[in-house]
Amino acid sequence: MHELRLPLDECDLLSLRAFDQVLLSGVLYVGRDQVHSRLSELISNHQMLPFDVKGQAIYYMGPSPAPEGFPIGSCGPTTSARMDPFTPQLLDLGLKVMVGKGPRSKAVVEAIVKNRAVYIQAYGGCGALYASKVKSVTPVAFADLGPEALIKLEVVDFPGIVAIDSLGMSVFSS
Amino acid sequence: MRFSEKISESLKKAAIRLPDDVLSCIYQAKETEELYPQDIHSQASLSVLNAILENLELASSLSLPMCQDTGMFDVFVDLGRDCPLLPKQVELSINEGCLNAVQEAFYRRSVVDEPVFSRKNTQNNLPPIIWWNLVEGDSLSIKVLLKGFGSENCSSVRMLNPTGGEQAVIDAVAEIVSLAGGKPCPPIFVGVGLGGTMERAAYLSKRALLRDASLDHGDVRYAKLEKSILERLQSLGIGSGGFGGRVTALHVAIESEPTHIAGMPLAVSINCWADRKVEIVWEGEDA
Repeated sequence: MHELRLPLDECDLLSLRAFDQVLLSGVLYVGRDQVHSRLSELISNHQMLPFDVKGQAIYYMGPSPAPEGFPIGSCGPTTSARMDPFTPQLLDLGLKVMVGKGPRSKAVVEAIVKNRAVYIQAYGGCGALYASKVKSVTPVAFADLGPEALIKLEVVDFPGIVAIDSLGMSVFSS
Repeated sequence: MRFSEKISESLKKAAIRLPDDVLSCIYQAKETEELYPQDIHSQASLSVLNAILENLELASSLSLPMCQDTGMFDVFVDLGRDCPLLPKQVELSINEGCLNAVQEAFYRRSVVDEPVFSRKNTQNNLPPIIWWNLVEGDSLSIKVLLKGFGSENCSSVRMLNPTGGEQAVIDAVAEIVSLAGGKPCPPIFVGVGLGGTMERAAYLSKRALLRDASLDHGDVRYAKLEKSILERLQSLGIGSGGFGGRVTALHVAIESEPTHIAGMPLAVSINCWADRKVEIVWEGEDA
């Protein structure tokens, strides 16, 4: 089990291998379909992004509403493949860690290797489990997107498995 | 208790707790993967299955939805032709029941008003999808799937050759599940609709998902076909979370109907391990 701090140290990142089990603690940005679409548009128009992606980690997720006394509701990963068309440009800007579920496209695997990044799979459907790992939530941008808004989490011992490592080794059979 | 309250109480629980037949499939998958302690794929699958079981305990103790995708309401009404409750009252009860569950059980608002342009969130997960099926007698039963879309995006239809037989069915289901790979949160439940027309096969594939997974198909030929499909799906080696274990599918159920001499429509509805289904039987309550 690798206990890791986010943002991830480069040595830690490079030492991770597919199938390694990890516990992540620290800052995790959250964005899914519409956030990726908007970030991509901003990049194409040479505009500033709402946060500096360099060195950061992004989690593909859209939470259910938080009951009173909880920072967040259920918050398991969504299917990463839908983010594939937007991912290489974020990796080129320095994004280092992606957390989601399911396989990625060939283009994403190539961009992971080129930019020395890592893709971690969270346990699909385990929304209540992940809710228990979130300590705080901060809105960042695109509040109009409701459950799809760009937010920032402080997480502790957030579990997952390295699915594609910085060498491009993958847990998914081709 | 009014019928609408009965519906909302059932739907509130459905987002948090799994039915026993679904749970026992998950425990069985865990036992299977435990037989391969030296296999890295089975061990990763086992981590997924253990996380799922821990998640279910937490969902129950915290009263949180087990998955943030609380799905779309897919409602199957079996309405007796002589049922004293009018269709209008049944419809109102369903809408009210769904709305209250969304608000009280912290469902995520996941429904948009139209698919292409505005995609504006309706903020209440309405409208539900309602399928009306007329049956003999004066009974009324409502079955609801909370259909998550990670798995729904992997569902598919094939118009097979009428002479293809069992092999064509097995191959087509395997192809669809293989394409889905690790995307739909495996281990998965597979509903197969056969016959009718294209859209009828799709409907049947959803009804198949509603069957109690501990019960075999009533027709031995189809029961055997379900087993053959299941064996083929396990051989794909997708495993829990797509990590490549022994168990890719937890259960396969088929529903079939008459069809045309020129075709064999096949539809596959894929559901994630969180196979949230509930049946609400009307017992004379007011709407």
